[in-house]
Amino acid sequence: MVKSGAQILVECLIEQGVDTIFGYPGGSVLPIYDALYDSKIRHILTRHEQGAAHAADGYARASGRPGVCLATSGPGATNLVTGIANAYMDSVPLVAITGQVVTSQLGKDSFQEADITGITLPVTKHNYLVKDVRELSRVVREAFYLATTGRPGPVLVDIPRDVSAGLTEHEDPGPVNLPGYKPVTEPSPARVSEAVQAILAAERPVIYAGGGVVNSGANAELLRFAELILAPVTATLMGLTGFPGDHPLSLGMLGMHGSKYANYAVCECDLLIAVGVRFDDRVTGRLDCFAREAKIIHIDIDPAEIGKNVRVDIPIVGDVKKTLRALCERLEPRLPGAWQEKIQRWKKEYPLTYEENGRLKPQQVIREIYRATGGRARVATDVGQHQMWTAQYYTFTRPRSFISSGGLGTMGFGLPAAIGVQVACPDEVVFSISGDGSIQMNIQEMATAVNYDLPVKIAVMDNGYLGMVRQWQELFYNRRYSCTELRNPDFVKLAEAYGAVGRRVTKPEEVAPVLQEALAVPKPVMIDFVIEREENVLPMVPPGESLDKMLG
Amino acid sequence: MRRTLAVLVENNPGVLARVAGLFSRRGFNIDSLAVGRTDNPAVSRMTIVVEGDDRTLEQVTKQLHKLIDVIKITDVTAEEYVDRELVLIKVSAEPGQRSEIAQIAEIFRARIVDLGRRTLTLECTGNEGKIRAFEESLRPYGIKELVRTGKIAMLRGSRYTGGNGKEEE
Repeated sequence: MVKSGAQILVECLIEQGVDTIFGYPGGSVLPIYDALYDSKIRHILTRHEQGAAHAADGYARASGRPGVCLATSGPGATNLVTGIANAYMDSVPLVAITGQVVTSQLGKDSFQEADITGITLPVTKHNYLVKDVRELSRVVREAFYLATTGRPGPVLVDIPRDVSAGLTEHEDPGPVNLPGYKPVTEPSPARVSEAVQAILAAERPVIYAGGGVVNSGANAELLRFAELILAPVTATLMGLTGFPGDHPLSLGMLGMHGSKYANYAVCECDLLIAVGVRFDDRVTGRLDCFAREAKIIHIDIDPAEIGKNVRVDIPIVGDVKKTLRALCERLEPRLPGAWQEKIQRWKKEYPLTYEENGRLKPQQVIREIYRATGGRARVATDVGQHQMWTAQYYTFTRPRSFISSGGLGTMGFGLPAAIGVQVACPDEVVFSISGDGSIQMNIQEMATAVNYDLPVKIAVMDNGYLGMVRQWQELFYNRRYSCTELRNPDFVKLAEAYGAVGRRVTKPEEVAPVLQEALAVPKPVMIDFVIEREENVLPMVPPGESLDKMLG
Repeated sequence: MRRTLAVLVENNPGVLARVAGLFSRRGFNIDSLAVGRTDNPAVSRMTIVVEGDDRTLEQVTKQLHKLIDVIKITDVTAEEYVDRELVLIKVSAEPGQRSEIAQIAEIFRARIVDLGRRTLTLECTGNEGKIRAFEESLRPYGIKELVRTGKIAMLRGSRYTGGNGKEEE
C-alpha cells in the first residue's frame, strides 16, 4: 500500500507504543501534523518548543517510557536544543522529531533552515537526517531502540518536508541491525567475584547510588543489596529516588549540598560502591580527596564512564539491576558493627537543620508540601536553591518521583517537566517547585497546563533574587549582588490571567491551609511563597574543596 | 606517546564530523587522520594517529565506541603492523639542480611525477621516518608546496580487521 512519509512516521510511533507527543507546528512539519490529525496519538501543544522538549523529558522520567517531542525546522528545532542537551546530560530516553526544509533546498540557507543534526551532534546519543522516505521506518525504529537501550539518551530525527510528504510503498524494515551498537548488560562474572571479595573484606562500605539505579529500575535490588551488606546508601541528585529516603541506611544526598553525614561517610569509607553514577564534580568536590581511603567498585552500563574522572579498582560494565542481582546471589547477610554505629551517631549529631525565626523559611515550605502530600507526590523542580532544598527536605520514597535537571542545570525545566509528568501520571499529585527566577524562564507553559486541565501545583520560592547566584556572591564575591535582584510580576495575578488559581503565602502558619486548599482544587494552582530573602542552602562544600570541608 | 588506531565506521553521511567533533570536544589531539572506504562500500576505515598517555587513549577508544557509526577500533600500535604515508612535494629546481634532485629521489625510491619550468614535483611513499628524511633532504632546494595523506596502517601477518567488522583470524 502506498503511504506518505508522515503516515509511515505516525504508524511507526504507534508501533513503538507512543501515546503522547509534545510539540509545536510549523511550515516544515505540516505533513506530519496533517497525519496526526486523524491518529489516536494525543498531541499536547506547548507554548514554546523548549517546553515541548522538557515536557517530553518529564514524561519519560516519570513513566520510564521514551518521551517524544516534535518541532518544525529552523527556530523550532533550535528551540528544542536546550531540552535535548538536558536529556542527554541526565540520560533520559527522548526522541525529538524535527521538520526540515525540502531536500533540494538543504544547505542553501533557505527560509527556516538550520543544520539541526550538526547542531545537536554533541548533545544527542545519535541523530539522523532522513533524505529518502524509504528509510524513514527503519530510522524511527532505530531511534527508539537507541534512545531506550544501553545508557538511555536523546535521539533526533530530522525529516525534510518532501520526505514526510513523499509517497512510497511501505515495507517492514525488519529488526534493528546496528553493528556498531552492542551494549553490554551482563556483568563479567570475574569482576563480580572481585567485587564480592572486596565487599567481604571491607569494614566501612558505602554505596553511592545514581541515576543508573532509577533508569535500570533497580530499586528493589539496591534495597536488598544494601540491607544484605548493611552499607549506608548516599545518592546523587539523579539517584535520590533509587533508595527510600526514610530507610535507616539512607544518608540522603552527597556532594556540594549533601548532608554532613553522607559526606563524612564517603570521606571515611574503605570501600565505595558506585552504582550507576559518573563522579560529577558537584558530587566529588576536590577529586584527589574524594573517598581517599577507599577502594572503588564502579558499576555502570556505559564503559566510557569508568575511569573517566576517577581511577577505579574494580570496574563492572553492565546493567545495574543485573549486576546487583549477581552480587546479592553471592553475599551473606552481615551483622552491624562499629561502622553502622558511627553512621547512626553522625546522623544524630549532624542532622539537616535550619533556623526557625518566625519568618517564612523555604525548608519549612518543602517539609509542609511533604506532609500535605504524604510524601507521595511527583515533584519536579527547576534549578537553584529551591532545587537543593527540595532534594534535602522532601524525603523521596517512590521511584521516579523526583524530576529534576541534574547535569545541565536548566532553569525553566520545572514547569514544562511537571506538565509532562502530569500527562504521564494523570491520577497523581504533581508539584512543580520553582524559584522566582526559574519559573519565569518558561512561564508561558501555564497556558498549556490550563489548556489541557493539568492540575499541576506550582510552588514558587520567591525571595526576589536569583538565590543560588546571590548565595555564591555572598560567600565568594563579598556580597556584591551583581545583577541578581529581581523585580517580579504579581504571581497571583499572573496565575489568574492564565486562568489558573493564584495564592500568596507570607507567614509560616499560612503554609498548611493554603496547601490543603491547592490540593483540593482540580486546577493548576500557583502559590507565591514569599520566603526569607537571604536564606542559604547549607551545608555547602565550596567549589574545588574536599567534601569534609563543609560550611554551615 | 603516539598511537595509531584503525577505526571501522559505517559509511554514513556525517560520520567524519562525528569523529572529528568528538576529538575536539573532549580535547584529544589528532596528529593525522586518513579516511576512505574499504572493500565493503558500506564501511569506511579511518586511520587516526593520536597523541596521549594510556589513560587518554582508553578514553579516546571508549568515547569512539559510543558513536553508533563506529563498528570496531583496533590499536595497531599494540601489535606488529605496517604503516605508510604518501607525500607530494613541489620543490624549486633550476635546470642545473634537476639531476641532483633526481638522485635524492632515487635514494628514497621516490618518483618525479611532474615538471615545471623551475620546479619538480615528487611523490614518495613510506613510513613517517622516511617521509621526514625525504622532506629534510629536499628542504635546501626550497619546498614550494607539500601535501601528505596522513598515515594508513595494517596489522602484519594473517591477522586482519575485516571490512565487514567481523573478527580477525
